[in-house]
Amino acid sequence: MKLRQILVPLVAVIVFLIAWEALVWSMGWPNYKMASPSDLLPAYERYWGLFLTMGWQTLWRTVVGLVLAVIFGTALGMVMGFSRTMRDALYPLLVGFNAVPKATVVPIVALMFVGWHDFNTVLIAFIISFFPIAVSVSIGLSTLEPEYRDILRSLGASQATIFWKIALPKTLPEFFGALKVSVTLAFIGTNLMEIVSPHGRGLGALFDSGKTNSDYPLMFAVLIALAFLGIVLYYLVVALEKTFAGWADRTV
Amino acid sequence: MMSDALIDIQAVRHSYRTASGPLPVLDGLELSVPEGGFVAVVGPSGCGKSTLTRLVAGLLIPDEGEVRVHGSRITAPRSNVGMAFQNPVLLEWRTILQNVLLPLEIVPTKLTKAEGEARARKLLALVGLEGFENKRPSELSGGMKQRASLCRALIHSPEVLILDEPFGALDAFTREDLWQIMHRVKAEEPFTGILITHDLRESIFLADQVVVLSGRPAKTQFVLDIPDTGLRTLDDLYTPIAAERLNILRHQIEVAQGRIPAEAVT
Repeated sequence: MKLRQILVPLVAVIVFLIAWEALVWSMGWPNYKMASPSDLLPAYERYWGLFLTMGWQTLWRTVVGLVLAVIFGTALGMVMGFSRTMRDALYPLLVGFNAVPKATVVPIVALMFVGWHDFNTVLIAFIISFFPIAVSVSIGLSTLEPEYRDILRSLGASQATIFWKIALPKTLPEFFGALKVSVTLAFIGTNLMEIVSPHGRGLGALFDSGKTNSDYPLMFAVLIALAFLGIVLYYLVVALEKTFAGWADRTV
Repeated sequence: MMSDALIDIQAVRHSYRTASGPLPVLDGLELSVPEGGFVAVVGPSGCGKSTLTRLVAGLLIPDEGEVRVHGSRITAPRSNVGMAFQNPVLLEWRTILQNVLLPLEIVPTKLTKAEGEARARKLLALVGLEGFENKRPSELSGGMKQRASLCRALIHSPEVLILDEPFGALDAFTREDLWQIMHRVKAEEPFTGILITHDLRESIFLADQVVVLSGRPAKTQFVLDIPDTGLRTLDDLYTPIAAERLNILRHQIEVAQGRIPAEAVT
């Protein structure tokens, strides 16, 4: 069973790479139009040191942005989930804020904190990813059936006890669903900033340097590296979900 | 005036505040349950039966009148009640055993962890859930969840057991099963209880007194005593005396619904 869980996705990846290689080969595309997997290997070989340091830059800033999004998003979701007034007050603001395309915010933040590259990258990753978390936590809390509350309240439990014993665990499945969306969003935020920032670092900056040097295989190699980091972080969230909210999975 | 009732509700009035002004739900509610008594409350839909349970649990404070338990006036939730609702509201991330133990984590208890667990296992066995202690609620049927919910309501030996249509969402056979289980539980773990129900057969089968509430705002309209004749079986529901009681109650409900005048049944 365990072996099957690793083999099936692995075979899928290999099939995908073969199909990609075959497509590029059969269409006779040059590598500036579409690089093939065999073009990428030399790129990784030549720049592996850069990939490691830049990949680490991207990863830690994404994770820090995400952690901040979880803290802030959960706090905001709690405020909106428990108070009807706060929900009415904050929702339009939040939706409006989320509706602004983040690609337009990136240059503004880049200018605002010019020179603070780590800071503005983390900031964008955070800004782009807290929304789903806040919404899911607030919905999870505000849709708690009153009987749950009554069972504990009739025993003399405090609001804090009700939150820890019932509201929080009951919201976890929604929270992890949102976190999976937020992981991908946070990566987008980090990379946008790395590409836009002058003298940026991280995989986004590596992508940008591939562009300026017309090193097309490098650009594709960065995309694959980003996909890899994205998968790693996503499955990390899945593992956390299994540990803390595995009870909600009815398919097992 | 002090009475010897464990639960004593005197001249209670209560209104909910709504956008279109206050909505009176209870007006002149009288109810008293002696220690060890089991009172069923029936009445038309929306007549304030659930409000009554919230008053006894201390989740609501009435506008007027008083609700007393053991002579002391209820002004806030106290830890000596156990509640079960139509929705079993079990915590899905806990096992059945952990669900039953929940109240012991909140109310002050003299039981050690091991004693609490032993008591939970005993209650689960009493309702026929032996062997399901480590299952999750999602693995249980509706009737089994309801039985677990009943164990949770009893684990801390509450002075008052409040049952708000606990069998309302179950199919007829499962419901009759649970009625018999209730009798077994009451024999083993005596409690003082209030049962809210829509089912007249359920009320005369389980309770020793049936209280009919009038339509909203509800007052106590009629009280029917069911003398204690020992353990009841389902056969007791198909006797002339049971038919007579059901008839009386059915007419009283029709009066409460405003379909026939009160004089017609006296």
